[in-house]
Amino acid sequence: MPAMNATVETLCRRYRERTGYKVLFLCLSTALLAVAIIAGLSTGASGLSPAETMRALFRETGRTHSIIWMLRLPRVLMAALVGFGLGIAGTVFQAILRNPLASPFTLGVGSAAGFGAVTVILFLGGGFQIYRVAGSAFAAAMVSGFLILAVARMKRASAETMILTGIAQMFLFSSLTSLFQYMGTMEQVHEVVFWFFGSLSKAGWHEIGMATVLILAPLPLLLRRGWDFNLLAGGDESAMALGVDVERLRMWGVIAGSLMTAGSICFTGVIGFVGLVAPHITRMVIGSDHRFLLPAAGLVGAVVVVAADTLGRTLWTPRVIPIGIMTSFIGVPFFFYLLLRRTREYW
Amino acid sequence: MLQVLNLAFNYNGSPILKGVDIDVRKGRMVTLAGPNGAGKTTLLKCIAGILEPAGGAVLIESQDAGDMHRKELARRLGYVPQSETLRFPMTVFETVLTGRSPHMAWRPSRKDLEYSARIIEEMNLGDLAMRDMDSLSGGQAQKVLLAKALAQEPDYLLLDEPTSSLDLHHQLEVLELVSGLVETKEMGALVAMHDLNLAARFSHTILLIRQGEIFCQGTPREVITPENIHAVYRVEAVVRHGNGHPYVQPLRCVADNENA
Repeated sequence: MPAMNATVETLCRRYRERTGYKVLFLCLSTALLAVAIIAGLSTGASGLSPAETMRALFRETGRTHSIIWMLRLPRVLMAALVGFGLGIAGTVFQAILRNPLASPFTLGVGSAAGFGAVTVILFLGGGFQIYRVAGSAFAAAMVSGFLILAVARMKRASAETMILTGIAQMFLFSSLTSLFQYMGTMEQVHEVVFWFFGSLSKAGWHEIGMATVLILAPLPLLLRRGWDFNLLAGGDESAMALGVDVERLRMWGVIAGSLMTAGSICFTGVIGFVGLVAPHITRMVIGSDHRFLLPAAGLVGAVVVVAADTLGRTLWTPRVIPIGIMTSFIGVPFFFYLLLRRTREYW
Repeated sequence: MLQVLNLAFNYNGSPILKGVDIDVRKGRMVTLAGPNGAGKTTLLKCIAGILEPAGGAVLIESQDAGDMHRKELARRLGYVPQSETLRFPMTVFETVLTGRSPHMAWRPSRKDLEYSARIIEEMNLGDLAMRDMDSLSGGQAQKVLLAKALAQEPDYLLLDEPTSSLDLHHQLEVLELVSGLVETKEMGALVAMHDLNLAARFSHTILLIRQGEIFCQGTPREVITPENIHAVYRVEAVVRHGNGHPYVQPLRCVADNENA
């Protein structure tokens, strides 16, 4: 091999610099998440300074300690987990379907979870049976994921067919949910409506433990496949010609994405928008190298949901604006701003 | 040598390719020409392992490509499709770097970066390296896709109409580049092309393909004749010779019912 000349060296250096920025963005968003979490912990009926919060978190015992450990920390951690899971799931769906409109909710995985929850609330009685509702929501979300896969397997379907399948089943599950609401009593409908607002207050340490496992389990596989997701950007054929087993990658992507979505929303209800915007926000800043995009979109999603929850608890005290609603209130204007400001047109 | 033996492909039960035989030697450029829908793209995709043939075999240095792992195949064959539309932003450097994938475990190494950078430099794409793919002209984008295929370090290039959307200058530039690579890097190239004059100018061998079958093959001089053009394209044409290459002057369409 001939000696490296100046141009080659410059090109490599500039590429590494850009990679450096991406790593920096990862560090910054981790720091931002830490700040958001501390702010979230300090906010509430009895306001605390960040310093007091940290003390209560690590040292003191007593009332403040219990407030933080029993009430606020589970809530804030759940918010972070949900945002993280949905941010990554959205990125995965967008990558494997090569479509910027893909997200856990546009593919019907979200409405399936809703349907699962409604079914239990109506026919088994919901109330404090959080595990029943969550289990059913989880199962329905996974079924919807496998439904998309089944269609894809049957006809060696393209990304577009999979998206259409997702949209179709979204309408199916929404209609079923509406039907059940129509059939239900006032109290049941009330509960269903609350499920669709999303709520973090039901989260306890057990739920957090389970959500953590469900959300983090597929992560190593996804991060390892990060580079292969990049190859999909050029199209199925170009990825195949570079040695990627596209069908297999897509299958694992749908399974992992559904698992993360189901794990995220089964305990909290519908927190929709973040799965669509977190990937876009992140992509606009660091580009679409999925080795960095996947974890970064997760962190950005976590920041958005934690911040939305904190605002939701402070804007209208003592009332709490439901997290699903608040996430959209924060995410949509920011997303509009980015859309208008960006210079590149890809979709 | 890249050998295609008795290759067949069906789509929804109807045959698209019927018993195709091709040899591509290293250091040779072979052109596939023929009417729209004759099966050129399908043939390239079957060779590249994107479509699964219904029969026959593809051999690379006498090894059956059907038995090779995808990544192994990607180290031997560099396939450039007719067009690629990116859905998400990628720079030129990132795009070329994806060509190194068949040689990576799961992320690019220092060597992969250097190899990609060297190809970018060799192809005079250095100034564009950090630009977004969507900001490039058609000719520039085609060169980047070629660079990406070269980053695979393949023995054979499979190019699907690399010049179809390019202006005169870029058509020549891309084909000069390919024929230069074929000579200096001892690669074989199988190129689908519509322009018979360009094909005649750059190819060692031309294959005329009609309705999924090889109609005839040989040197440009042997293949580019009024009779063959009439039979394959249903076009009346005059073939002249100059600068050592035949060139075609098409005159008129021949109606379907007229006899060849």
